[in-house]
Amino acid sequence: MSSGGEFGVLVVGAGPAGIAAACAAAGCGARVGVVDENLAPGGQVWRGEAHPEIDRLRQANAKVLSGAAVFDAPEPGLLLAVADGRTIALRYQRLILATGARELWIPFPGWDLPGVFGAGGLQALVKGGWDIRGRRVVVAGTGPLLLAAADYFRKCGAFVALIAEQAAKPALARFAAGLLSHPGKAGEAAALRWRLRNVEYAASCWPAQARGDGALRSVVLREAGREREIECDLLACGFGLVPNAELGMLIGCRTSRGAIEVNEQQQCSVDAIYAAGEVTGIGGAELAQVEGAIAGFCAAGEPGRARELFAARARARRFAESMARAFALRPELRALPAGDTIVCRCEDVVWGRLRTCEGWRHAKLQTRCGMGPCQGRVCGSSLEYLLGWRRDGARPPLVPVAVQRMLDAGGRD
Amino acid sequence: MTLAADIAIIGGGIVGAACADAFSREGLRVVVLEAALAGGGATAAGMGHIVVMDDSEAQFALTRYSRELWDALAPELPREAEFERRGTLWVAANAAELDVVHRKAAWYRERGVRVEILDEASLRAAEPNLRHGLAGGLIVVDDSVIYAPVVAQWLLDRAAAHGSIVRTGARVAALRNGRLTLADGETVEAGRVLCATGAAAAELMPGLPVRPRKGQLAITGRYPGFVHHQLIELGYLTSAHGHSNESVAFNIQPRATGQVLIGSSRQYGDESVGVNRPLLRRMLARAIEYMPRLAGLSVIRAWTGFRAATEDKLPLLGPAGELLLATGHEGLGITTALGSAALLSDFVLGRKPAIPLEPYLPSRLEGGC
Amino acid sequence: MPDPIRIRVDGAVIETAPGTTVSAALLASGRLATRRSVTGMPRGPLCGMGICYECRVKVDGVEHVKGCQTLCRDGMEVQLD
Repeated sequence: MSSGGEFGVLVVGAGPAGIAAACAAAGCGARVGVVDENLAPGGQVWRGEAHPEIDRLRQANAKVLSGAAVFDAPEPGLLLAVADGRTIALRYQRLILATGARELWIPFPGWDLPGVFGAGGLQALVKGGWDIRGRRVVVAGTGPLLLAAADYFRKCGAFVALIAEQAAKPALARFAAGLLSHPGKAGEAAALRWRLRNVEYAASCWPAQARGDGALRSVVLREAGREREIECDLLACGFGLVPNAELGMLIGCRTSRGAIEVNEQQQCSVDAIYAAGEVTGIGGAELAQVEGAIAGFCAAGEPGRARELFAARARARRFAESMARAFALRPELRALPAGDTIVCRCEDVVWGRLRTCEGWRHAKLQTRCGMGPCQGRVCGSSLEYLLGWRRDGARPPLVPVAVQRMLDAGGRD
Repeated sequence: MTLAADIAIIGGGIVGAACADAFSREGLRVVVLEAALAGGGATAAGMGHIVVMDDSEAQFALTRYSRELWDALAPELPREAEFERRGTLWVAANAAELDVVHRKAAWYRERGVRVEILDEASLRAAEPNLRHGLAGGLIVVDDSVIYAPVVAQWLLDRAAAHGSIVRTGARVAALRNGRLTLADGETVEAGRVLCATGAAAAELMPGLPVRPRKGQLAITGRYPGFVHHQLIELGYLTSAHGHSNESVAFNIQPRATGQVLIGSSRQYGDESVGVNRPLLRRMLARAIEYMPRLAGLSVIRAWTGFRAATEDKLPLLGPAGELLLATGHEGLGITTALGSAALLSDFVLGRKPAIPLEPYLPSRLEGGC
Repeated sequence: MPDPIRIRVDGAVIETAPGTTVSAALLASGRLATRRSVTGMPRGPLCGMGICYECRVKVDGVEHVKGCQTLCRDGMEVQLD
């Protein structure tokens, strides 16, 4: 085991929020570290991009540890991470959780076929070096992520046959109207719509079934009571985002509806812990950056500089709230899984078995749902949406690690 | 609204469930009151092993009797119960422990329990992932493992099919003269009340000689074929029998999924439900001493649970004041659940039991009645 | 244009550009399914960000390695289910 350093401010996550927090804190002269499990900074939204914020982080006086996944918080002031099969101990005085969010999936028949990916998931895999020129892609689910993903696939030379958005036209229209009070966003949205002008976009439309024998061949979509089948090579689907709150929960931070609760200074309910970005509630990259900066300034002891950003945060929050309203999941989607649809992919537990269980813990004990390597992150979030089941707290290890890693003390025994 | 029953069972873990099943098959009207989830306490936290123990005649009698009952029940259990006759391999680390193995073998054989003795070479052949240099071992061939939460639920379902009423999320707030009052105000009138609440037994009956004894386990990802038998070091008995505040012992179990369950640890005095990291490390370190390749396996989850421990390591079965007790099973709750239920069912019906009940009567201990 | 690197997948050689993840290389080679679920169904990566574990493969003898979070290395041996 090695020491990754001792920091005045340690940031977990190098996405928009984490980068902003690290740069803010470093700019105040704090001794800053950033630990991120991805191969390079940028989080999901700036993955594989040469974004100016990533340069800013590189130039900031901050130590960045990439490819390092935090797996335990054994005592205040200490995190343990695993990188390259070795344990790294990270000590801090203040911690900023910027652990972001993951996609939410609503299981539907065939969603577990090879060829079906998350919307952000397919984007990430393509950015990892997969050339999808000439492939036929259907993008489905909900949220601005679908448009961003479709735009990216189109740029990569794939043919996007359809964008299927579950939200209804009136909700989307209200959202579009609301964009007028956020001029920068309206411009972005218009540019995006222009780039996607040749891609069919259907509202009140969602996947009913993915078909194929061993791999995806077509998607059946439901729209206004009718069904239509579209042949495709790839389906990129995601039904919104859920916060990656597990590290915060392990530390004992209070959460509300799955997100870490923070006050005006982005402080959590536990001393010396801050949080910013999607993990405090889904709100998009711009809000994440502002929250990150506020957390960074406060953690570094300069709340005055943080206060200057409160107005920008309030504006970005309003925009986030209107997004959440527009893209709220409609109740019909609870009927998406069939009795034999896999809900827990790690353990192959089907919907028919789960819907008769009394709750998350009961399901875990009786069916093994949530007992696999994803530790309930995929199925647990689906079941929270489908049945309102709240998951239990987090325990170490936060991610599967070798037995040897759990032996590495890091503490003072 | 008042429920009436011949017998009310407080606690829907494996022991309460087995009792409910046994009593209801005898035609008794049973109500089971489980405060949270069926099989959600020590039943869920433990290793689910079925082992015939030799640490005392009384322990042997109960574990052997109960194992026979498990073997008879096995063909009826669902696939999800994961009943597997893996055998228990007691590992001898050195010559002194190998002597113990020979003595154990003789003791078991005298009592008709099938065992095999392994030397260093045959131990390596039986379990290639054990480290070199271990002296040998003893296989208790007919020991088994099950996935206990599913079995507890199955037993409760079978009890319900025989007319039992099973309430989960039903906490007992007050208990007097056969009348139980639940936290939600509902009442139960019962001819007899059986307490099968495990480590929480002393909450219901202050002064009861049952102490919570915390344990921790870790489970790996799927590595089918990594280990074949349930493995236990001979020092396990020292850990289980000792009264020291903290101890660990090498105890590994293969699960039907191919996952490896790593134990064991014992601890008094820590009643927090969180993982005790230093003790977890000691436990994992002990496991790696015996099976070095464990170090590279991926751990998916670690958790804790509380055994119900008594001073003399035997359970409390039988009358205590107005109650009947079925608790204090320490690490043998799964093993002896069926035997406990059978003995108590015989007691309630006034029948001669298959083995004497005396060694387990609560009256044997101070505070036991 | 950097030299391609070579990895082996169940013995077959695949060429890929440096900086490619194992999952991307496998997908590019036409292998949409890279593991079998516990009941034997073909599965491939889902989340692309290291959460779902559906991308896991055996790399250089080590089981359960996440393909989406691992960069290809010249000479790497990958084994699928």
